[in-house]
Amino acid sequence: MSQHAWETVVQAFPQILGKGLTMTIPLTLISFAIAMVIAVVVAMVQFAKIPVLTAICRFYIWVIRGTPLLVQLYVIFFGLPSIGINVDAFPAAVLVFSINEGAYGAETIRGALESVPAGQLEAGRCVGLSYLQIMWHIILPQAFRTAFPTLGNELISMVKDTSLAANITVTEMFFQTQRIAGRTYETMALYLEVAVIYLLFSTVLSLLQKAGEKRLAAYGRQL
Amino acid sequence: MALLDIQHISKSFGQGEVLRDVNLKVEKGDVISILGKSGSGKTTLLRCINFLERADAGTMVFDGQEVDLHRAAKKEIDGIRKKTGFVFQNYNLFRNLNVLENVTLGLTAGRGMDKEAAKEKALDMLGRVGMEEEKDKFPSQLSGGQQQRVAIARALATDPQIIFFDEPTSALDPQLTDEVLNVMRKLAEDGMTMLVVTHEMGFAREVSSRVVFMDGGLVVEEGEPKSFFANPKDARTRSFLRLAESVKA
Repeated sequence: MSQHAWETVVQAFPQILGKGLTMTIPLTLISFAIAMVIAVVVAMVQFAKIPVLTAICRFYIWVIRGTPLLVQLYVIFFGLPSIGINVDAFPAAVLVFSINEGAYGAETIRGALESVPAGQLEAGRCVGLSYLQIMWHIILPQAFRTAFPTLGNELISMVKDTSLAANITVTEMFFQTQRIAGRTYETMALYLEVAVIYLLFSTVLSLLQKAGEKRLAAYGRQL
Repeated sequence: MALLDIQHISKSFGQGEVLRDVNLKVEKGDVISILGKSGSGKTTLLRCINFLERADAGTMVFDGQEVDLHRAAKKEIDGIRKKTGFVFQNYNLFRNLNVLENVTLGLTAGRGMDKEAAKEKALDMLGRVGMEEEKDKFPSQLSGGQQQRVAIARALATDPQIIFFDEPTSALDPQLTDEVLNVMRKLAEDGMTMLVVTHEMGFAREVSSRVVFMDGGLVVEEGEPKSFFANPKDARTRSFLRLAESVKA
């Protein structure tokens, strides 16, 4: 690699990492947190088989999982203004990422809820708990445990997917990298550099995921 | 008046009639063993009484309160469940909670008891089934017999007026069966009202105050254990008891 490339990479590092810490990570965490709320509610509605709402939830999941994330970003950020609704880039990205991950997370959690044996619910009823109490104290904790590894993978995917937000002008890591590349022409070096930083983020999250799984396994060693 | 009086209960699953117009009376302090082959409807009967299954028809008077077994409202069902206990064949302990929490949850969340009082009561109940030393273990760390004893403590803790047992020892080997039956025997001696679906002839003979034999969704015969085992009147009862004897031998 040339002298110029090295210098560019070294100079760019704090700028790219900085955007990662101030944009990519917050975008991911905020979106994922909202997505989990959506996911739990949508999963519980289906698990409880609430008539009309279940159909609405199925429709939501069908649409979101059947369309590309990039297209969803464009619809919200570039599409909505044409009908008079303007959304800033960052909130638009949060909105799309939460709704998108909400659909996938809902399926993960629904599957986990259904894997809890029916006897757990029956036992809860027999000791005099209400449906919501049973969900809260018994079914959801067990389902969360089952869903944890998959949800962890989804979180890691989301970190990488936030790079798509560059397309709607969110100045996150990848957007920042493109800017510097445009100025310095060190495309190979810079794109590899940002790849390494994504890899770093994913690795840290994988390690956290492993530690979390271990902790959950210690608690009870069920199954 | 009987504590529990079930009248004309019937239930079908699809084409199969599982309960046909069954009547059953339970007095306070009764220990009733329900015997019968698999598929005779005995488990379904218990599950309908506690609304784990919805009966197609029938009424029940429990603790002076009449309910329609088919149409009972949520509130009535909750009321009945708060006054009864249920012990399952496969224990159904809450897998994410330890032994102590399994017993206290129905007291704290279910009945609003404060934590300390619930703990004290739970430890007392665990003592009665000889499980207080395992209070911090999780269900997966216990044997089947131990799990079932915890399940009995969980049912006892809420001061039920009656406990339903659905084949409580069918998943256990003979040694573990004995430790659970001993606990049940003690409960019976203490005057607990119990309705027990079982295959344990010894328990039915020695512990219960009345035996009910079901076949094909009907109560075929019932009586005191002595006369029931010595002089069964119905041919179906005789053939069932003969078979049970031969299996044992």
